[in-house]
Amino acid sequence: MRPMAQIAMVMNLDKCIGCHTCSVTCKQTWTNRPGVEYVWFNNVETRPGQGYPRRYEDQERWRGGWKLTRTGLKPRAGGRLRKLLTIFANPLMPSIQDYYEPWTYDYENLTDAPLSDDVPVAPPRSLISGEPVKIGWSANWDDNLGGDPSPDPVLRKVSDQVTQAFEQAYMFYLPRICEHCLNPSCVASCPSGALYKRAEDGIVLVDQDRCRGWRMCVTGCPYKKVYFNHKTGKAEKCTFCYPRVEVGLPTVCSETCVGRLRYLGVLLYDADRVTEAASVPDEHDLYEAQLDLFIDPHSPEAESAGLPADWLEAARRSPVYDLIKRHRVALPLHPEYRTLPMVWYVPPLSPVVDALSTTGHDGEDAGNLFAAIESLRIPVGYLAELFTAGDPAPVTFALRRLAEMRSYMRAVNLGERPPEDPELDALYRLLALARYEDRYVIPTAYGNV
Amino acid sequence: MTAEEILLKTGRFLRRSTTSGDLRTLFLKGGTEGDAFYRDRWSHDKVVRSTHGVNCTGSCSWKVYVKDGIITWETQETDYPSVGPDRPEYEPRGCPRGAAFSWYTYSPTRVRYPYARGVLVEMYAEAKQRLGDPVAAWADVTTNPEKREKYQQARGRGGLVRVSWELATEMIAAAHVHTIKTYGPDRVAGFSPIPAMSMVSHATGARFVSLIGGAMLSFYDWYADLPVASPQVFGDQTDVPESADWWDAAYLMMWGSNVPVTRTPDAHWMAEARYRGQKVVVVSPDYNDAAKFADEFLSVRPGTDGALAMAMGHVILREFFAERETPYFTDYVKRFTDLPFLVTLERRGEAYVPGRFLTAQDLGSQEEAAGWKTVLLSEAGEPVVPNGSAGFRWTDSGVGRWNLNLDTSPKLTLRGGEEARVLLPRFDGGGSVARSVPTRQVAGRTVTTVYDLLLAQYGVGSAYDDPAEPCTPAWQEPITGVPADRVVKIAREFARTAEETRGRCMIIMGAGTTQWFHGDTIYRAFLSLLLLTGCQGRNGGGWAHYVGQEKCRPLAGWQLMAGALDWARPPRQVPGTVFWYLHTDQWRYDHFDAAELASPLARGDFRGRHPADLVAESVRNGWMPMAPAFDRNPLDLGDAEDPVAHTRAELAAGRLRLAADDPDDPRNWPRVLTLWRSNLLGSSAKGNEYFLHHLLGAQSNLESPDPAAPKGKLDLLVTLDFRMTSSTVFSDVVLPAATWYEKYDLNSTDMHPFVHAFNPAINPPWETRTDFAAFHAIARTFSDLAKNHLGVRRDVVAVAHQHDTPTELGGRTGFGLKVVERDYGATAEKLAALGPLTEKLGIPVKGVTFLPDEEVTWLGQRCGLVPRGVAKGRPELDTAAKACETILALSGVSNGRLAAQGFRQLAERTGASFDGIAHEDHRIVFGDTQARPVHVAASPEWSGKESHHRRYSPFTINVEHGKPWHTLTGRMHFFLDHDWMREYGEALPIYRPPLDLAALYGESGTLRYLTPHSKWSIHSEYQDNLLMLSLSRGGPTIWISVEDATDLGIADNDWVEAVNRNGVVVARAIVSHRMPKGTVYMYHAQDRLIDVPKSEATGRRGGIHNALTRVLIKPTHLIGGHAQLSYGFNYLGPTGNQRDEITAIRRRSQEVRY
Repeated sequence: MRPMAQIAMVMNLDKCIGCHTCSVTCKQTWTNRPGVEYVWFNNVETRPGQGYPRRYEDQERWRGGWKLTRTGLKPRAGGRLRKLLTIFANPLMPSIQDYYEPWTYDYENLTDAPLSDDVPVAPPRSLISGEPVKIGWSANWDDNLGGDPSPDPVLRKVSDQVTQAFEQAYMFYLPRICEHCLNPSCVASCPSGALYKRAEDGIVLVDQDRCRGWRMCVTGCPYKKVYFNHKTGKAEKCTFCYPRVEVGLPTVCSETCVGRLRYLGVLLYDADRVTEAASVPDEHDLYEAQLDLFIDPHSPEAESAGLPADWLEAARRSPVYDLIKRHRVALPLHPEYRTLPMVWYVPPLSPVVDALSTTGHDGEDAGNLFAAIESLRIPVGYLAELFTAGDPAPVTFALRRLAEMRSYMRAVNLGERPPEDPELDALYRLLALARYEDRYVIPTAYGNV
Repeated sequence: MTAEEILLKTGRFLRRSTTSGDLRTLFLKGGTEGDAFYRDRWSHDKVVRSTHGVNCTGSCSWKVYVKDGIITWETQETDYPSVGPDRPEYEPRGCPRGAAFSWYTYSPTRVRYPYARGVLVEMYAEAKQRLGDPVAAWADVTTNPEKREKYQQARGRGGLVRVSWELATEMIAAAHVHTIKTYGPDRVAGFSPIPAMSMVSHATGARFVSLIGGAMLSFYDWYADLPVASPQVFGDQTDVPESADWWDAAYLMMWGSNVPVTRTPDAHWMAEARYRGQKVVVVSPDYNDAAKFADEFLSVRPGTDGALAMAMGHVILREFFAERETPYFTDYVKRFTDLPFLVTLERRGEAYVPGRFLTAQDLGSQEEAAGWKTVLLSEAGEPVVPNGSAGFRWTDSGVGRWNLNLDTSPKLTLRGGEEARVLLPRFDGGGSVARSVPTRQVAGRTVTTVYDLLLAQYGVGSAYDDPAEPCTPAWQEPITGVPADRVVKIAREFARTAEETRGRCMIIMGAGTTQWFHGDTIYRAFLSLLLLTGCQGRNGGGWAHYVGQEKCRPLAGWQLMAGALDWARPPRQVPGTVFWYLHTDQWRYDHFDAAELASPLARGDFRGRHPADLVAESVRNGWMPMAPAFDRNPLDLGDAEDPVAHTRAELAAGRLRLAADDPDDPRNWPRVLTLWRSNLLGSSAKGNEYFLHHLLGAQSNLESPDPAAPKGKLDLLVTLDFRMTSSTVFSDVVLPAATWYEKYDLNSTDMHPFVHAFNPAINPPWETRTDFAAFHAIARTFSDLAKNHLGVRRDVVAVAHQHDTPTELGGRTGFGLKVVERDYGATAEKLAALGPLTEKLGIPVKGVTFLPDEEVTWLGQRCGLVPRGVAKGRPELDTAAKACETILALSGVSNGRLAAQGFRQLAERTGASFDGIAHEDHRIVFGDTQARPVHVAASPEWSGKESHHRRYSPFTINVEHGKPWHTLTGRMHFFLDHDWMREYGEALPIYRPPLDLAALYGESGTLRYLTPHSKWSIHSEYQDNLLMLSLSRGGPTIWISVEDATDLGIADNDWVEAVNRNGVVVARAIVSHRMPKGTVYMYHAQDRLIDVPKSEATGRRGGIHNALTRVLIKPTHLIGGHAQLSYGFNYLGPTGNQRDEITAIRRRSQEVRY
C-alpha cells in the first residue's frame, strides 16, 4: 500500500441551476486571452445534449481514455510510441468547428457609423479569420435543450427509453472541469513528458516549458479537457486553480458557484492499486473498484501515510470523502474511460412524469408528497450511462438516499419527530447547510516547505 | 521489453520525476514550483468591493481585482452576515451576467467621450454664432420646421460626433431653459428606473429634474412589474419575503417565475429547501429551468393561470371552509381579511348584483369619515363598525382606534338567512351566472358578506367534475390544459400543509403571470389561495412576487433626495404608462370602445368612450397626475396674484384645458427627455416603433402610421450610459457614464436584508463621469443660463389624491393645486446642499413622518456646511459619498432613532404597542456598507419585522401587532367596491382570459408571443456582452416548438421574421422540444444593435422584442381617491403589460444583409 493524497471535487447536480457563473469566472480569470478564445476550462452542458466539444463522449470516434487489452491497459488511441510515430499528423482531434469558431462583433460601428440610411449595427466576425460569420455553433449551443439533442452519444445508448416530446421533456446541467484523474490518459499520451500529476495534491498540469505542442494529450483525454493554445502552440488545461488551492482557497469555479453545489476536499487513495482498479474487466465494477481505492481517513493506513497532520485532519473532515464513500451519493463521470476521474457528481432528481401524476400513481396520501424514484422524468438509464457505465443500481441508490433524506426532513420540519437518523441528518447538513468552510476543506500546500 | 517501454524508461531520466511503476502516469514532486505563468496571472495589486447597478434584484457584493491600474476580473464576496445557525447562508451571491461585467470597462462598446448628433451640432453652432446666446440658438434650431425635421430624422442613423463636455452640457442646459421658458417645466421629463440598484445615481438626476419642476416618470408600473393586485389587496406597493425565507416554507409553488434564471443568486435556497422536506410545484407553459427542481410540473397554457388558481380556490373553499371548518383558517380570515364585511346588494331586474361596502354612514353614523368605515355583523347578528378601516386612519376621532381589534367574533356567513339570486360576471364565454347568496336586511338595505359572495363567485357547491360551472376543476381543464385531478390534489396538499404548519406555504410568482393585461386578476386569484389558508404575514408563507427591484430599503432618505423634498414640495411624479401611451400616440391606434372589455353586467359607464377619455377623466378627477398638466405654461399661471384661484377660474371658464384632453397639441408635447441608468428604447419601450415614429420623428418599421398624428414631438433626447444601446444611438446627446466599478453608491434589494456599497476600483477612465458628476455639471451650466432667462418663478403644480395621505379619501373631488417657488439660478447650489424642509416639514413615509433634526446637525458635522449662497449653513451634498451618508442618516432602516419615531406615531394612531420592534441604537453609516453588507433594521418604511433571529416576511407587523393594512377596511381585500371595478367585472377574484387581439385589432398572427427574461442578460444589460453572446447563440433568437417549426419549415438556427401590426423582428430560431406548441419566446430586451440584419418585410433594420408589442390601458388601474386605490408614484398606475401579444412567424431568406 502506498497512500497518496489528492484534492478532489464533488458537484451536486441536483442543485445545479445551469447558470454558468463558474464558466464565466473561470474564463475571466484564466482564458480571456488570445490563443484560447475558444477554451473553457470549465464549461456547463445541458443534458441531454451534445456537449463541448461536440459529441466528445463518442469514443468510437475520438478514441480517448484507456482500453483494456489482453496485456493490460492501453490508451485507446494507441500508446506513446504510436504517438511519437504519428506526431505530425494527428487526425484524432476535434477541429475548431467541433469546439466552436470564436467570434466578436463590429462594435465600433455603433459609435463611429456616419450618418446613413439605417440604424448602425454590429455584425459578427470570426476571431480566427477576421471574416464575417454566421454563428452556428458554440461551447453551449444546445443550452436548455435548444436544437436537437439526439446526437448526444449518451442519449443514443438509451434511445429506446427516451422520446423528445414536450410531455416527457427533462433536462439537467453538467458542469465539467478537468477530472484530474488517478489514471490520466493525457499524461500517458504525452511524448514529451510535459503532463504530470503533482504528487502533493494530485493536480494534473502541463509543464509549459516542456510542452512541444504535439496535442496527443488532447486526443488522449476522453473528456476533451486539454486544449491547444493556437498562439503559444502549447497545451493548456484546468489547473485546479493551484495558485489558490496551495494557499487554502477554493478553485474559482467552486467559490463562485452560486448554486453552492461544489465541494473540495482531500481523498486518500492507495497509489499501488490504481492500475488494478482501472483494469477490472467488467465496466460495471469500475465504480466499486475506484471506491475501494479510497482509504478511510480514520484508519491506521491513513495514519501511517506520512502526511502532515493538517492534511490528515483535512482528510478526516473531507466533505468529498463523505459524499463519495460514506453516503455513496456521488458518482464518477464515465468510469468506463478507466481514467479514474476525481471530480464526482451527485445525480439530479426531477419532476414526476405527467402520465403518472394524472393517474394518481403517486397517491392521494398527503403524508407522502414525493414521487417514487422510478417515476421521475430523467431516465435512470441515462444517468447510469453517464456515471456508472450503465449500471442503474448505484444511481438508484443515490437518488433514493436523496428522497429518503427529504421525507425524513419533512417529518422533522413539520414537527412529527421521526426516529432519529444521524446518517440522514449528516447528509442533510452537508447538502443543504454546508457553509463555506464546510464545503471547502483545503489544507495549505506543504510541497515547498 | 517493448521499444515503447524502453523509450519511456529512458525518458524518465530526462526529468526529475516519478513515473508510476507501470509507466501509466508521471508524478512530479515539487510541482508546486512549476508553471509561473498561471501564478503570475493570479496576482493583483488590490481588490475592491463593489456591486452591479442593474435591475435584477441580485444586489450581490463583488470583489473587483485590479492590476497595474487595470480592472482584470471579478469574483463574488462571501462575507454576508449570517442568517442563522440552522440554515444556509447567502454566500456567494452572483450570476454569470455579473461575472462578465468587467468586460465592459475596456470594451469597444464603451462610451468614452460625449457625443452629439452631427447635424444638430452644426445647426446649433451656426445659430449660436449668429445669435450669441445658447438659449436663443436652441430655440432657433428647434422651432424652425426644416431644421427640426433634419435632425429628428437623423436620429438612430449614425452620424454621432465627439463633442466636449462644455458643449454637451451647454446644449442640454439651453434646451431645458428654452423649454421651461416657452412651454413650461412639466414639458421636461426624466426617466431612470429602480432606485435600489444605485440610489445616488438615481436620486441625483431625479433631484435635478424635480428642482426645476420637471416630471419624473414612474417605471414599476410601466415595466408591468408592479402587481396592481398588491395595492388592491394589501394597500401596499409590493412587500415580499427575502429569499432566505423560502427556507421556512413547507410547500412552494413557482408560478410563472423562472427562479434559476431571474433570481440566480437566490436559487440555492430553492434547491436546498427541498432537502428540508419542502414540496415544490412549478407552473409554467414551457419546461423551464425551474421545472428541473419541481416535484410536479404543471404545463399551463399561457395567460390562463387565473383559471387554474380559481379552481384551486374552489377546492380549498369547499374542503376547508364549506364542508369542514378549519379553525386556523377561519380565525385568520376573520381577523385579517375583509371576508366578514358586509356588502350591499343592488337590484338588477329580478336579481341582484354586488354593490359597495356597507358603511357607518349607512347605519346613520354622524362620525367624521363615516362613509369610509366598513361594517360587519357580530356573532349575535348586530351590525358593528370595527376599528381599523380607512375612516379611522386620518380623523382626529380615529386616534388610538386604527387597529385590528375585534370586540366580537364576526359572522362570516349569513347562511340561514334569506337567499337572493345574485348575478356574477364571467369572461370565459357565457355572459353571467346567477347564484344563490344568503342575505340579511341591515339599515334598510339588502346585504351579504364578502365571504358569501366569494363562495358564490367560486361556484362552491358545484361538482368538481362539472365542466359547465365556472371555477370547478373540470371547468379549468380545457382552458389551462392541466388535468382536473391534479388541480384537486395540489390544492388539497397546499391547504393541508398550510393547516399543519400554520401558513408556511409560499407562491413565488413572476413576470410570466404578472405582465398580462389582466395580470391583476391572475394575481388576485393567487393571493386568494394564500389569504384563505392564512399564509400572509407568516415566515415561510405568502406571496413572493419577484419582478423588479422595488425595494430601495433606505426609502425615506432616498425619497427626500430624489424628490428634492428638502427644497420644495410637491415634486412632479407621473405614471409612466399613461405618459407614453399619450405621447407616443399609441392611443390613436385603439379603435375600439372602452366598454368592449367591461363586465357583461356593466351599467355602461364606459360605453362610447375611448380609453384615452378615461385617462383624461382620471386626471380631471384627481386620480392620476399627468405631465404636462395644462395646455399652458404653469409658470405663467404662477404669475397671477393668486395662482391657485386664477388657475381654477381659467379652468372653470374653459380657457385653460387639461393637456390630457389633447395630447397632440404642440403645446402639450414633452420636449426634453433625459434617460440615465436606463435603455428605454432597447428594453421597456412597449410599442417601440410608435416611440420612434411619433415621439422621436425617426424612421420606423411602422406599416401604416396615423397621418393625423404628430411626428417628432421631442426636441431633445439625452442619454447617460457607459455602453452603446438602442437609446444612445437615437439620442441627440450621449454622455459617457462611469461604470459600477468607478463610483460610490448604495445598493439594496428585496431578496436580502442588507445594504452595501459601490466603491471605485479605478477612477472613471477617458472622459467618463459618474451620474452624480454629470448632473452637477448640467445643473451648473443650467443655473448660469437660467439666472437671466428664467430668474425666480412661481410654478402651479396639480396634485392627485395621494395614497397614504388624508387625500386618499378624496373620491372624485378633483385634483389639488400647489404653488412652488423656483429660484432657477440657484438650482446647482440647491442640488449640492441638503435643504431646510428636511427638518422643518419632516420626511413623510407610508403615513408617518420622520423628523430628522438631530440627523441634520450630524450631517452638517460629517459632511461640512455650505459657506455661502442660498444654501448657506446647510449640510453639503457635493460628493456622491456624502449623498450616500445622507440617504442612510435619513432612513429608518439604517437609523433606529427615526424608525422609533415612526413606530411611536403608529402606536399613537393605532393604540397598539410596537415595543421591541425598533432598535433605537441601530445605525448604519456609509463606511459600514463599504466594509461589508450590513443588515437593516425594522422601520415603518416596510411592513415586516427585521431582526437577526428571523427572516424578513411582509406583513408580520400587521399580523403580530394588529396594525391595519393601508386599505379601506384595514384588512386584506377580496372585494373591491369602486364602481369602476364593478363596471369592469372585477369586484371579486375572477378569471379573465388573455385579450383577443384578433377581435380587438384584427391581428392575424396566431402564435402566442411571449418575452420572458433572458438567461444571458439582465434586460438589455449584458445581452451585448461578448462573454454572454459566446455562451448563448450570439444574437437575437426566438424559441419555437418542434411542431410549429416543422409546420413553418423552420430548422434550428434559421433566420426568421416575426411580424404583426406593430412591427417586425428579425432573429434566428431555436427549435426545442421544451417549448409547447403554439407559443414562441423571444427573450426580453435583445437590442437591435447586435447581429440584427435588415428585414425582408420592410427593408429596414429589424426591431427589438418590443417592436411587436403595444400598450393598452386598463381603466381599473386609473382609479384614485378611494383608500388603497389611490395614486402613488410606482404604487398604482396602468401597467405597460405586453404578454397578450400574438405574431406571425415565417422563415426568411437565409441570405441576410446588415
